Amino acid sequence: MALLQIAEPGESAAPHQHRLAVGIDLGTTNSLVATVRSGLAVVISDELGRPLLPSVVRYLPDGNCDVGYEAQARQAIDPRNTIASVKRFMGRGLQDIVQREALPYLFDEGPGMLRLNTVAGRKSPVEVSAEILRVLRLRAEASLGGPLVGAVITVPAYFDDAQRQATKDAARLAGLPVLRLLNEPTAAAVAYGLDNASEGTYAVYDLGGGTFDISILRLSRGIFEVLATGGDSALGGDDFDHRIFCWLLEAAQLKPLSVEDARMLLTRAREAKEYLTFHGVAPINARLNSGEVVDLTLTTEIFAEITQTLVAKTIQPVKKALRDAGLSVAEVKGVVMVGGATRMPQVQRAVGDFFRQEPLNNLDPDKVVAIGAATQANLLAGNGLGGDNWLLLDVIPLSLGLETMGGLVEKIIPRNSTIPTARAQEFTTFRDGQTALAVHVVQGERELVSDCRSLARFELRGIPPMVAGAARIRVTFQVDADGLLAVTAREQTVGVEASIVVKPSYGLSDDEIAGMLKDSMLHVRDDALRRALKESQTDAQRLIEAVRSAIDTDGELLSVEERSRIEHDVSNLQAALLGDNRRQIMLAMDDLEADTKDFAARRMDKSIRRAFSGRHINELDSEVAAARTGEHA
Amino acid sequence: MEFNAEHFNADHFSLFDLPPAFRLDAALLDRRYLELQSQIHPDRFASASEAERRHSLQWATRVNEAYQTLKKPLSRAKYLLHLAAHDIGSESNTLMPVDFLIEQMEWREAVAEVRAAGEHHELEHLHHRLKRDLLERYEEIAMLLDDQPDLEQAADRVRRLMFLEKLLVEIDEAMAALEE
Repeated sequence: MALLQIAEPGESAAPHQHRLAVGIDLGTTNSLVATVRSGLAVVISDELGRPLLPSVVRYLPDGNCDVGYEAQARQAIDPRNTIASVKRFMGRGLQDIVQREALPYLFDEGPGMLRLNTVAGRKSPVEVSAEILRVLRLRAEASLGGPLVGAVITVPAYFDDAQRQATKDAARLAGLPVLRLLNEPTAAAVAYGLDNASEGTYAVYDLGGGTFDISILRLSRGIFEVLATGGDSALGGDDFDHRIFCWLLEAAQLKPLSVEDARMLLTRAREAKEYLTFHGVAPINARLNSGEVVDLTLTTEIFAEITQTLVAKTIQPVKKALRDAGLSVAEVKGVVMVGGATRMPQVQRAVGDFFRQEPLNNLDPDKVVAIGAATQANLLAGNGLGGDNWLLLDVIPLSLGLETMGGLVEKIIPRNSTIPTARAQEFTTFRDGQTALAVHVVQGERELVSDCRSLARFELRGIPPMVAGAARIRVTFQVDADGLLAVTAREQTVGVEASIVVKPSYGLSDDEIAGMLKDSMLHVRDDALRRALKESQTDAQRLIEAVRSAIDTDGELLSVEERSRIEHDVSNLQAALLGDNRRQIMLAMDDLEADTKDFAARRMDKSIRRAFSGRHINELDSEVAAARTGEHA
Repeated sequence: MEFNAEHFNADHFSLFDLPPAFRLDAALLDRRYLELQSQIHPDRFASASEAERRHSLQWATRVNEAYQTLKKPLSRAKYLLHLAAHDIGSESNTLMPVDFLIEQMEWREAVAEVRAAGEHHELEHLHHRLKRDLLERYEEIAMLLDDQPDLEQAADRVRRLMFLEKLLVEIDEAMAALEE
């Protein structure tokens, strides 16, 4: 409906009405929710005043679960049912998880994604993440005093399509409308850039609990343009803990550990890592269930030495991203550090050495992503004031392509393409009389299909029998502003078409989501139906307001008949609003939307013309226009 | 697109209100691109209706495609030839002059050699040498497209450029491979 409001981008049609929107940093180790309050982005703390929510979910025998500190505290006594760092499993199959043996969970293969067997049943990583998101949603609603219109949820820039889709599914499951998936480094850049009013090229080095991202951005006149991004979606602070853990095993010469002992030592390892940020040495003491005693001291020197390869592993993607952006180290004006793991002195040092400048640390690395996300959510929800007219232009992190003959990948959309983007490619049949074409969508930089991630497979059927090479099949890739892909295949001569929103092979099917939503209803007390009705009522009211204000400003774009039809629709919708039948409201809204579609289009047209005012956009060279043969998809 | 299809289907230069030429005011292109995206990016329509979000997605996609095409010299040159309905032929089935091919082979041998020897510094050197070479060739193409138009010659230079840009990608990939 907001198209009706686009006449003044960034300005809300009803400025008095603040729409509740939040930014969520769904982290590997900790998650946060933030919002913009009186023009200021703030993190929303829990009732005990704690801003972080540990991303830990403990399943209980009665089917319920604990989330956060409570769950984290039980990690050592109930490791199997206490899921930590679930972000590492999002959109991943069993074979993707390295060091699976070191983890205490009962893994299972599932359709598309691995599953975890818990005392409360078989859980997908999407369900576990949804529990975390649900707690954050309730925290925000309690604090803000009403249902949210939506959330911006951050994902590592280097997340592939399957991981992004899984994140979006988790939000749906948690009852959170997703305004946008936002890349974490971009969110951090927003928080920094808007704060410091900076211009120039910046690098954002984001080392989180389980993921590493590097983004190179250009900031100019309120526009954040991501030039290149890179990273490693399986490298983070957790790995540093694991290095300490391995060092402990060796230094204390321990026998093979029980799951409980292993979990406890991993916790000790993490504590030692955090202690070393402010101290030169960290004592590590533990009495194991096996009776063995650990009493060791970890120094910063040993820590730096055993994690040297991990730090070095982050520098490679940095070099690659700089090269992709066509920039040298000297052209980078500042380096923003994001993620709790960047507190480690050896990381600060390595980044400083590489960029030959002191990294920027003036914002809390734990909060900066959530703050940026909240700022973006506020803008997307339409709460932005006149001045907040900034824009983010992000990219896809990994190339998208198709399998061709011989298991090779044909790249369709190269990495670091600005989104949204679309690209079409023509293929043909290779056998006489071939009536179907298998389409296999992959993501990655390697040449062999087997080295890339398989995103989806589908088939285009009903191709009329022709000699080999005669059919013309156009495959179109469209990546939206969330970085999510949809693929369409169309035979050009007869027009048969097949399309897919990429999810079945790694995400969850709509049926699965529906099933999970039903299950979760049984456990969650809040009345989803009443909530949905309330939301529809709010939407309907907004729509009416928007239509009215659009008619006020641009009524001259309507004919008399159109105007009376729209007014008729408005009074129908108002009548529906008096009752509590959600379906009726939705139908009346659909009518109004349908009858204002042309109007909206004309207004958009007008608005775009204004962007070019005085520049004669319509004086096209007709010959040039005729010569164009539909180059774009 | 039912609204303003004319504008949507305009050529890339008209979309940004720029003259159709190889020599281009890059700063102006950047500015016009950002102006347009500021108007029609999906973030401006995040809570809009399905239909409006789709419009915005199509437009933002269209603007990105046009910008990417015009921003890079090779794709810009190819696009100008395409607008002039001049077929450039593909690099594989067009016969290139022998001296050019020999030069290409020498380049490739040099890259393979330093790559095998693991000489990252040498690769960087080749990268910069090739970049300098490319700048000269862009100037040549600008003359053939803008100053004294000769589409036949321009298409030939563009075909050569395709070889060289591919070579540059290979050098960059070799550097990335050495770093890993």
